[in-house]
Amino acid sequence: MNKTDVLIIGAGPTGLFCAHQLGIIGLSCEIVDNLDKAGGQCIELYPDKPIYDIPAVPECTGEELTNNLLEQIKPFNVKFHLNERVEQLKKTESRWNIKTSGGKEFDVAAIVIAGGVGSFEPRKFSLKECEKFEGSSLFYSIKDKTIFNDKTISIFGGGDSALDWAIELSNTSKVNLIHRRDGFSGAEASVKKVKELNDNGKLNLFTKYQMDSVSGDKNIESLKIKHDEGEIKEIKSDYVLGFFGLIMQLGPILNWGLNINKKTIEVNTENFETNIKGIFAIGDICSYPGKLKLILSGFHEGALAARGCFKYAKPDEKLRFEFTTTSKAAQERLGIKK
Amino acid sequence: MAKITYHTHDNKTHTVDVQKGLTVMEGAIQNDIPGIDADCGGGMACATCHVYVKEEWLDKLPAKEDGEEDMLDMAFEPKNNSRLSCQLIVSDELDGLEVNIPSKQG
Repeated sequence: MNKTDVLIIGAGPTGLFCAHQLGIIGLSCEIVDNLDKAGGQCIELYPDKPIYDIPAVPECTGEELTNNLLEQIKPFNVKFHLNERVEQLKKTESRWNIKTSGGKEFDVAAIVIAGGVGSFEPRKFSLKECEKFEGSSLFYSIKDKTIFNDKTISIFGGGDSALDWAIELSNTSKVNLIHRRDGFSGAEASVKKVKELNDNGKLNLFTKYQMDSVSGDKNIESLKIKHDEGEIKEIKSDYVLGFFGLIMQLGPILNWGLNINKKTIEVNTENFETNIKGIFAIGDICSYPGKLKLILSGFHEGALAARGCFKYAKPDEKLRFEFTTTSKAAQERLGIKK
Repeated sequence: MAKITYHTHDNKTHTVDVQKGLTVMEGAIQNDIPGIDADCGGGMACATCHVYVKEEWLDKLPAKEDGEEDMLDMAFEPKNNSRLSCQLIVSDELDGLEVNIPSKQG
């Protein structure tokens, strides 16, 4: 059991800055995120793309912003629980009991949902039959690559994951790489390599083809792929891998009794509390009249939500407004030595 | 204003007036037309505003920017007439545009 004042769901910029604000006012927190690293959309969708509207930062990338925020919360030693999704919330007298997908449990006074547009999940094949094979002979990520040794693998996609795995697995397996168009979004060097391997017969590249059907009893045996012009090819395959990037899904948040409107959670603008006392929502996932989906708005929302958490974490204490410039307490928490 | 027609997956047709300068995605969101999620808010950073453009309109649309085709790789059942509706800015030339919204975005 992890006991802390506040649990933040989501390690994007908004969640990270909220951790900072909690730390400044003397509350402890831990952060859960479904991804394997902090940064949320900034890291997953645009790590190298520039952002120009962070106050006082004329230009930075998603990755730089994330690293700076992590640096800023360093003094508070915030504990991260990555690759975990919050599944269940239960009210226990005045506190909350939380369970994650990985079986971790938390006992907290308040919860801040900074979940962006939901948790990132792999985008799947649209074909219904694919579900039957998922986890046995059809995968959206690779945990143990040795199972593919000497087998025939059909990889779908045109991004870096698809290309990198096609190249790597071509050493030990027979690889078919299938993509919907001639162009690829992956790195140029990888595209070149894949084409070379195809020319040398080390890999079979099929462009302008998409999945048409899969067949097999318990495991996949073969699949049909369809060309833009309608031609259908049948290829034998032991495994199918799909790399179509990630989509965002609200997931279990939908079941917590929150007022949800168009995939966002309604909050008040005084402290960003939801319809459930003790649960706050900030950043892209919250909605209120005039909501702007900007990182800077998320920072503001996080600062107010952190103060909203105070009365739940320390019901007998009074929170006094202070500036970090002059507050001894805040500077102590930041580890500043004078 | 330009008239934009959205055909949703439940075989309903929604024809709405969309202000020039807005995108086809924003036109759908403002008019509560179902099936366009637009998770990233119009930043060409997801593929959840994906639409199929009626064939005769394809040539009249602005060409795709670099990133659009890359994002369409991640769309649900992309086809040759797939576009991201956040990249289609409504103008006089697009008055009468018709798009089909896929059965789902995820």
